[in-house]
Amino acid sequence: MSKLYKIFTGSIVVPLVAIIFGLIVGAIIMLVGGYDPLLAYQSLFEQVFGNLYDFGETLREITPLILTGLAVAFAFRAGLFNIGGEGQFIVGMTAATFVGIKVTGLPSIIHAPLALIAGALCGGLWAAIAGYLKAKRGVNEVITTIMLNWTALYLGNYIVNSFLLPEGMDHSEEIQPTASISIQSLVNFFNDARMHWGMLLAVLASVFFYYFLWKSKQGYELRAVGFNPNAAEYAGMNVGRNVVKAMFISGVFAGLAGAVQVLGVFHYQSIMSGSPGIGFDGIAVALIGMNHPFGILLGGSLFGILTYGSAGMSFGAGVPPELIRIVIGSIIFFIAAQGIVRWVLKPLYSKRKKEKVL
Amino acid sequence: MSAAPPVLELKGITKRFPGIVANDSISLKLNKGEIHALLGENGAGKSTLMNIVFGLYQPDEGSIDINGQPVLIDNPNKAIDLGIGMVHQHFKLVEPFTVTENIILGMEPRKGINLDYKTASAKIKALSEQYGLKVNPNAKIHDISVGMQQRVEILKTLYRGADILIFDEPTAVLTPQEISELMEIMRRLVAEGKSIILITHKLKEIMQISDVVTIIRRGKVIDTVKTSESSPHELAEKMVGRSVSFKVDKKPAEPKEAVLQVNNISAKNKDGVPVLDGLSLTLRAGEILGVAGVDGNGQSELIEALTGLRKIDSGSIKVLSQEISNLPPRKVIESGVSHIPEDRHKHGLVLDFSMKENMVLETYYKEPYNRKGFLDYDAIGKQAKRLIEHFDVRTPSMDTLARSLSGGNQQKAIIAREIDKNPDLLIAAQPTRGLDVGAIEFVQRQLIAQRDQGKAVLLISFELDEIMNVSDRIVVIYEGRIVGEVYPESTNDQELGLMMAGSTAGGKAHE
Amino acid sequence: MKKTFKLSIVMLLALTVVLAGCGNKKSETNGSASTSEGSSKSDIKIGMVTDVGGVNDKSFNQSAWEGLQQLQKDKGVKAEYLQSTKSDDYNTNLNKFVKGKYALTWGIGMSLGDAVGTVAKQNPDAKLAIIDAVVDAPNVKSVTFAENEGSFLVGVVAGKMTKTNKIGFVGGIKLPVIERFAAGFKAGVLAVNPNAEVNINYTGAFDKPDLGKTAAATQYNNGADIIFQAAGGTGTGVFNEALGRVKSGQKVWVIGVDKDQSLEFPDVTLTSMVKRVDEAVKRVSQEVIDGTFKGGQETLTLKDNGVGIPDTSSKYVPADVLKLVEDYKAKIVSGEIKVPEK
Repeated sequence: MSKLYKIFTGSIVVPLVAIIFGLIVGAIIMLVGGYDPLLAYQSLFEQVFGNLYDFGETLREITPLILTGLAVAFAFRAGLFNIGGEGQFIVGMTAATFVGIKVTGLPSIIHAPLALIAGALCGGLWAAIAGYLKAKRGVNEVITTIMLNWTALYLGNYIVNSFLLPEGMDHSEEIQPTASISIQSLVNFFNDARMHWGMLLAVLASVFFYYFLWKSKQGYELRAVGFNPNAAEYAGMNVGRNVVKAMFISGVFAGLAGAVQVLGVFHYQSIMSGSPGIGFDGIAVALIGMNHPFGILLGGSLFGILTYGSAGMSFGAGVPPELIRIVIGSIIFFIAAQGIVRWVLKPLYSKRKKEKVL
Repeated sequence: MSAAPPVLELKGITKRFPGIVANDSISLKLNKGEIHALLGENGAGKSTLMNIVFGLYQPDEGSIDINGQPVLIDNPNKAIDLGIGMVHQHFKLVEPFTVTENIILGMEPRKGINLDYKTASAKIKALSEQYGLKVNPNAKIHDISVGMQQRVEILKTLYRGADILIFDEPTAVLTPQEISELMEIMRRLVAEGKSIILITHKLKEIMQISDVVTIIRRGKVIDTVKTSESSPHELAEKMVGRSVSFKVDKKPAEPKEAVLQVNNISAKNKDGVPVLDGLSLTLRAGEILGVAGVDGNGQSELIEALTGLRKIDSGSIKVLSQEISNLPPRKVIESGVSHIPEDRHKHGLVLDFSMKENMVLETYYKEPYNRKGFLDYDAIGKQAKRLIEHFDVRTPSMDTLARSLSGGNQQKAIIAREIDKNPDLLIAAQPTRGLDVGAIEFVQRQLIAQRDQGKAVLLISFELDEIMNVSDRIVVIYEGRIVGEVYPESTNDQELGLMMAGSTAGGKAHE
Repeated sequence: MKKTFKLSIVMLLALTVVLAGCGNKKSETNGSASTSEGSSKSDIKIGMVTDVGGVNDKSFNQSAWEGLQQLQKDKGVKAEYLQSTKSDDYNTNLNKFVKGKYALTWGIGMSLGDAVGTVAKQNPDAKLAIIDAVVDAPNVKSVTFAENEGSFLVGVVAGKMTKTNKIGFVGGIKLPVIERFAAGFKAGVLAVNPNAEVNINYTGAFDKPDLGKTAAATQYNNGADIIFQAAGGTGTGVFNEALGRVKSGQKVWVIGVDKDQSLEFPDVTLTSMVKRVDEAVKRVSQEVIDGTFKGGQETLTLKDNGVGIPDTSSKYVPADVLKLVEDYKAKIVSGEIKVPEK
């Protein structure tokens, strides 16, 4: 009974209604702008599910979003706000590229995991810098992670520029074929969509997130520290170490996102003039997913579908890509401002309750 | 009763929350010029009822009359318009603002577009003289004492024209001196024609000041009686539902070997100010040592030093001859120290954890709860179930969040967890703060039971009654050092009070 | 009262959905009408994928799209473009056209080189073309330009017209393409004015106007009075800096790139090194229409009129200088002068 009640008041209905509201607001804006919203949403749907290639590419789009979403949510569960997913993503990407190019002569079964691990570890260590500063010096992690984003961007460019750049190119050499995590059979099946093992990794990462946080001893500590650092310290937990650990694991997720993008999608790393944005999108994904790993699987999927589908909207209905960002923005707005959704939903509930009483 | 209708009448108020009925058909009459006490244990439904009166909740059934007219109160502004004012337990003041600014906040008199401070000040001055509420209107809230802040809250309601004042546990945060001043103010208020509802679980105050008492238990009105025709014993029984003894029964202590030896420790607080200054004390197995003192004389820092939460600069702390000073908290816990913290929300519980998870907060990393890095929730559940049953923690289930339990049950859970670790030394800091009679009795019995089992118990409390009733031996802390040692049989409140104020004349000086 | 209000919001939102539904039917018929109109002339569809600069980059993406629009108007082919918001999009956008059976799919800009190569290999039956990069595949036409030759000519203009004998060059990322611009430009300046000093600066980005503005400010402060920008969107910043200075009475010039940028910044554009991306797009697309399309590489030079300066240059450049430019052009075309590439 109480569980049923919870489902209807809390966890599922509100985000769903928020998504619907977001779509409606997007539709209104499209109508105002002179575009046809239903055709646009139909095009979006077709772009994503219309054929195998696009469906595969949608999965490709979703994968890093899930990982960066997990990164943000994990830190959040430990009471930390990791805005540095972007930087950790780039560091993970650069490390994976470096190992993918410079390490030679290994069989694929070793090389590819090695590159992945390098990316994940470096992403984790990058985030742990912010964690360490927070634990030892009390520096707010929001500030340090933002600053580390820029450091990561230029560091990544520097490394590519200095060590990995072939003459006359704007991106690094290709990684060794042994480091690739593309799945050729799936690529063929999905008509050349860039399918890779990272997709499976993202799902496994969500499962890991769940088990680690809610079933393991260390996860128990992290959550205790996140909810109430004073009580955690009182109970004998080392708060500082947990902060560093939480940031490290958070960074591992983001670093992994960067690594799978290189090893599974691009197979090289470009010189970036600006942040790729996937780390920031992770904040929105975590928000949509309500910081729960399985919510993030759904949130990342939604975000990825909307992002990938935006090309369909502009192609099929002439809607500019900026507008789909407004739709995404509206959905996030309604989820973040749950109060509004609840407020609008309230009469429906209270009416039902009253009927029961009478 | 015949001439004027009651100023406030509640008729059959019922309020349901998921899983519980917080108020079950409650009726209550408040007459003009009356202090009507609302007595009940924590979680009995007093606050819910008052939130309904103040318009924060809507009743599912029942109605409210004011001066004989039925009214609908659907938000606090409506309540204020109807002349209802609420003095909350936790003050709702803007700290950096002055007294005047806080009082007029939201009701600022204007002259054109400017604030009309003159009118406001004059009105506040008139009010404070009329009711004897002395405050400095230009002081900032964070500069004045808690008692003063409460006066500001009262003035706030009066400024808004309240005729019915609701006091929610007004004495919980006050010193004895401030409590008697508050009593004076309340008498003055009713003398001037106001009517008061006093929510409390302190029988002493009810007997002192109220005219009528309504006792609520588990959401239902048990009885409404005239205070003059009742007795504390009768009230307590009605509130708890069984007979209660106020005197704590205990055998004489049989102190054995020294468990805790604190020798000449010094420490600074977080601002770098020295707060412990060469403090020494000894505590033996099988005795309860009470630490009396006025708040802010180093009690918190002493507890923190003993539990590893604060570094000491010099001196030594030994538990069973093992040095524990400056060890991390876990090492201290493992050397046999349990701690019922002063602030259960801040330190004692993770409020967003389930009861189950809270019960293993200090032991989760040990077998059988931790199996190869993963928590065995079956084992944890078994342990939690055992503690919850054994210590009678009233919770809907083990998976209920600690946050949603009443204060008394939260405290019971903490005590269960701490005692179950079978410690050599039990530190109890303000263990009964904010608890009702039944829960206080329970907690104090548990402390004595621990002593009888041969544990050493250190009781730190600001409540003199508690110190006197429970301790076997009392030391007085003043400005970071122990200034005297007495025995409860051979001392009295006055002597202790003098020592707490820094005079060593009464007791023998402590070495 | 309040509840009615809330309910009415719900109703309003629901109504919007219904309205949106109605709107849909109408425009769907519109949509099909316009398609049939388009296909009445020709069934040939040509698609183009921009790089992250987007179709309004005032540079080669825009130039390419203008070429396709021209073609759509003249030949009745159906032209479409897709903008890439990030580099992930290159493959999928190209595939959108390729899998949509477009007769020809353009990748504009060298950053699409790899994506075009991959997609071409995966779809050997599709026809693709790329600007500014060389993709070695039988079904890809790679079009590059002899930027060094065109830059030589604007170098001549700059060398002749500088008053301070200091001339600046602001490039985007230091890529071979951009280095060709710089090398040709410097050679041109020094050919007519050996005393002049050419200061070369790379901002490291094609989409950062703020960096362009800073770089230009530095150059002008150092005494340069003419800057040649080869920096895409970053170059807009160079123009803005120059505009500010001209407004406050300073006499400075910018030499535009890719398109005739005097159309956009008439007050400060001395001349432009035009890359006829539009011409290239039109020409290769025409080959598809005619059925003569063949893969391979083509470099458009001065000789092919693939690079050069626009006629509007005469607005500020005196006739004798233009005459000199013509002379040098003849010499380059004839092979008498060999313009360095680095």
